[in-house]
Amino acid sequence: MAAFVSAPWPWYIAGPVIGLFVPALLIVGNKVFGVSSNLRHLCSAVVPGKPDYFRYDWKQTGLWNLLFVAGILAGGFLASHWAGSQNVAISEQTRLALTKLGIYDFSGLAPREVFTWSALLTLKGFVSVIVGGFLVGFGTAYAGGCTSGHAISGLADLQLSSLIAVVGFFVGGLIATHFLLPLLF
Amino acid sequence: MSTATTTYQQAPDKAHSQTGIVLLTYFLLGIFFGITLTKSEVLSWFRIQEMFRFQSRRMYEIIASAVVVAAASVAVIKGLGLKTISSEPIKIPPKILGHGVRYAVGGTIFGLGWALTGACPGPLFALVGNGVTVMIVAIASALAGTWLYGLLRPRLPH
Repeated sequence: MAAFVSAPWPWYIAGPVIGLFVPALLIVGNKVFGVSSNLRHLCSAVVPGKPDYFRYDWKQTGLWNLLFVAGILAGGFLASHWAGSQNVAISEQTRLALTKLGIYDFSGLAPREVFTWSALLTLKGFVSVIVGGFLVGFGTAYAGGCTSGHAISGLADLQLSSLIAVVGFFVGGLIATHFLLPLLF
Repeated sequence: MSTATTTYQQAPDKAHSQTGIVLLTYFLLGIFFGITLTKSEVLSWFRIQEMFRFQSRRMYEIIASAVVVAAASVAVIKGLGLKTISSEPIKIPPKILGHGVRYAVGGTIFGLGWALTGACPGPLFALVGNGVTVMIVAIASALAGTWLYGLLRPRLPH
């Protein structure tokens, strides 16, 4: 039990637990597991002068999801505080490839050379955080879902549209990893 | 707005009695999901790099087993005709395929962002909780991206 709390979960625990969020949310209230809709709800809630896409009752449609995502933030906080600092045991090959790109700090969840406030206005920090975040927001809205909505919920419901989206996720990810990162880092 | 009002008028008592507890449940499920994202390490930029370089099976095993468990659960729910805890029939709205352009193009744009940030939307929030606070900027930027989509939507192919 102590190891379950402090050590990273093996894939055969992590994967099935993630999968169980789909039936849990359906049974609690007919909700389809998906996180990216929150970006739409937040836009609808906050920004004035709305295009049609944001004109709906976000409290009726999205309050549950905003609470879910607030929970995600709190859950991340709890996990990091009870389990201490976490180093990710990536494969030696990946470590080598990333070292060649100029990543030397492998502590924590994301490289400190890129994902800190002080690196935000360097080229790699700006593109990774600001441009990357923008593409995540635009892409999920356009595709109508992200990893949770398409790769998990959509594939689980055998939807062709989700399969197309997931292939797209990997095409984009492979382009960024193999062509953009070497230019940036 | 009008749809929501209609629904509310149809079952005001039910809505009142369920709301508080059910909303709390979503928050608690969110906490558990945030813990899951952290303990599974799927929120780590390093793990995402490993996945897109095909240097470990771990992310693929996690995603595949998640899909299998979710699909089996959905099949059971449909097969047994299970209902929600407030006895509504469970329905999963199908995504509209159309020409499929939005899924291919939007998906690819999202994939670029996923590899650059090393995080999809859930993990972005979990990372902020984990102390990678600069991801607040990534979330703000994602909101700007979603906003731009809303603005351009009438002119984009779907």
